[in-house]
Amino acid sequence: MAIKDYIRERFFPHMWCPGCGHGIVLNGLIRAVEELGINKNDIVMVSGIGCSSRISGYLDFHTLHTIHGRALPFATGIKMSRPELNLLVPMGDGDALAIGGNHFIHAARRNIDMTAIVMNNRIYGMTGGQYSPLSGYGTLATTAPYTNIDHSFDVVKLAAAAGATFVARSTAYHVQQLTDVIKQAITHKGFSVVEILSQCPTYFGRKNKEGSAVDMMERMKDITTPIGSKAKKENPDLIERGVFVNEDKPEYCSEYNKIIERAMKGN
Amino acid sequence: MNEKIIKFVQGNEACVEAALYAGLNFFAGYPITPSTEIAETLSARLPQTGGKFVQMEDEIASMCAIIGASLTGNKVMTATSGPGFSLMQEALGYAVMAEIPCVIVNVQRGGPSTGNPTHVSQGDVNQARWGTHGDHAIITLTASNHQDVFSITVDAFNMAETYRTPVILLFDEVIGHMRERLVMPEKGELPLVERLKTSVKRGVDYHPYLPREDGRLPMSDFGGIHRYNVTGLFHDMWGFPSSDPAIVHGLLRHLADKIMNNENSIARYKEYFLEDARTILISYGSSARSALHVVKNRRARGESLGLLELQTLWPFPADIVREKCEDAKCVIVVEMNMGQVLQQVKAAVDNPEKVFLANRIDGVLINPTDIRNIMRLIQGKGV
Ligand SMILES: Cc1ncc(C[n+]2csc(CCOP(=O)(O)OP(=O)(O)O)c2C)c(N)n1
Ligand code: SF4
Ligand SMILES: [Mg+2]
Repeated sequence: MAIKDYIRERFFPHMWCPGCGHGIVLNGLIRAVEELGINKNDIVMVSGIGCSSRISGYLDFHTLHTIHGRALPFATGIKMSRPELNLLVPMGDGDALAIGGNHFIHAARRNIDMTAIVMNNRIYGMTGGQYSPLSGYGTLATTAPYTNIDHSFDVVKLAAAAGATFVARSTAYHVQQLTDVIKQAITHKGFSVVEILSQCPTYFGRKNKEGSAVDMMERMKDITTPIGSKAKKENPDLIERGVFVNEDKPEYCSEYNKIIERAMKGN
Repeated sequence: MNEKIIKFVQGNEACVEAALYAGLNFFAGYPITPSTEIAETLSARLPQTGGKFVQMEDEIASMCAIIGASLTGNKVMTATSGPGFSLMQEALGYAVMAEIPCVIVNVQRGGPSTGNPTHVSQGDVNQARWGTHGDHAIITLTASNHQDVFSITVDAFNMAETYRTPVILLFDEVIGHMRERLVMPEKGELPLVERLKTSVKRGVDYHPYLPREDGRLPMSDFGGIHRYNVTGLFHDMWGFPSSDPAIVHGLLRHLADKIMNNENSIARYKEYFLEDARTILISYGSSARSALHVVKNRRARGESLGLLELQTLWPFPADIVREKCEDAKCVIVVEMNMGQVLQQVKAAVDNPEKVFLANRIDGVLINPTDIRNIMRLIQGKGV
């Protein structure tokens, strides 16, 4: 199928700024679904609030656009009711890890089968450039006019420690890898987290003098490296890309079905 | 005829029995006194019939999870008390906006804040009405004994489906924890409303937010044969966000009118000795038990006292209250807060000066002696 078969043309033009990384994520996600050959009718996308969360409206899946930070618990209600459906949950960095941080670690801990995609632009795009839990020490934001003294989460370590059974990272620059890890995440049975470094030229870029969208993407190439690369050994500050965790653990909905069997037998 | 099953249960268990009777098949919650028995009982009962129970990380998540589960076609419920009810408000507003049937039980305890966890209060009446932000309408029901807890819980599920809306069951600590007889209604004895489903076929454009002529919106199970969008933003008939003033205005009116225009069909109440009553007590929940005691006692002594027990608190049954109180010389609202229903009664009747408050706000159940003493004060007799 062509890209256009996956989008809702009625909903276009999209609301993202020119050069926004979120559009690249949309593209990569569609490619992943297409390459996996999943029927559109078997995909539920649940999102929260933010520029990133608007992605759900553009896609011709079953789409639920919810409230800020709470996409994962809405998705939990759907997945438990219809375990056979594929749940995709795109979230902003603030959405997933500030207001939604608690839901994020608990969904990971339960190992409920869904794919969480953190579209990390290190800023609150939708509300106009305030710092997020991923902005990083020393950055600038509209609410950090002197400098940001908040330290960031490492999404990969956090997700792994919380119990996610598939954890990967890529960037909007590495489209091929981005598509590939999303494919693996969707296929994985259990809670999967994919962090995608995305650019917000309008706020993060402008505030932190990172230049145009193209400059920001070039930078993603420069500051990242494949997991375990030689470059990483030489320069520990590089951010690793690839699949960090991929393991089997009992999945929540399958386990609950066993509970139902036991309850029905009366033990 | 079959022998009826009789149980001796807590109010919280009566609520569970009724929810299961009504077809509950998904519950998400977070423990909080005095509602916890509802979650505990359902964790055992739901999977026995293939239903699902989940203990979420907080009440926000619980509310969100039941909304997701309801969309896919389930009958859903959560249960909490004051602090948890506060946390649920944003998602509750989402269910109002996206028109998703669900039942929220609030077994009231003393507040504000952590307040008085193990003691009774009726302080959340106004929160039930206006807890979530923005103009909206909401249905809130209550009951004063376990048989009524059962039937009103079934009503709550029925109304949630009929009006595609969250319905709040506002019980209180005394009702939740007290043990009492419950005669289990047989299958078919109480009518059940099932979800109105669309007849639009697979492959045909389905408009999730296009009301029928009668104002109702047939649903298509989310994740089923139609793909559509659901959002908490103002939206058009496809469920797509819109800020077109005509759409915003139309949707807000629809959300309010579908409930406010049915105020009389939503109204549930009981009346005792009202025909010739010169003094009328108005009460609800556990305080109505004490009020009824006073009324029966006084009637036996020939006094013309009556009780109007409200079971629907929102939309407030103003017409019914006005009509019933027309000929009364004195109306006394008996409740365990600082006058939340009192305000409504004053606004409803022709002569607000004849309306008085008999209350307790100290975590102790208002008893018949309290009511009698307050009545003497109101009548200028001294205690
Ligand atoms: C409860 C609540 N608090 C605050 C907001 C305002 N708000 C909307 S989006 C957002 C942050 C968006 O940032 P992020 O999640 O990183 O997504 P992005 O826009 O950067 O893609 C905030 C604070 C809200 N909608 N709801
Ligand atoms: S503000 Fe930033 S995140 Fe939002 S659309 Fe514009 S570039 Fe993208
Ligand atoms: Mg962001």
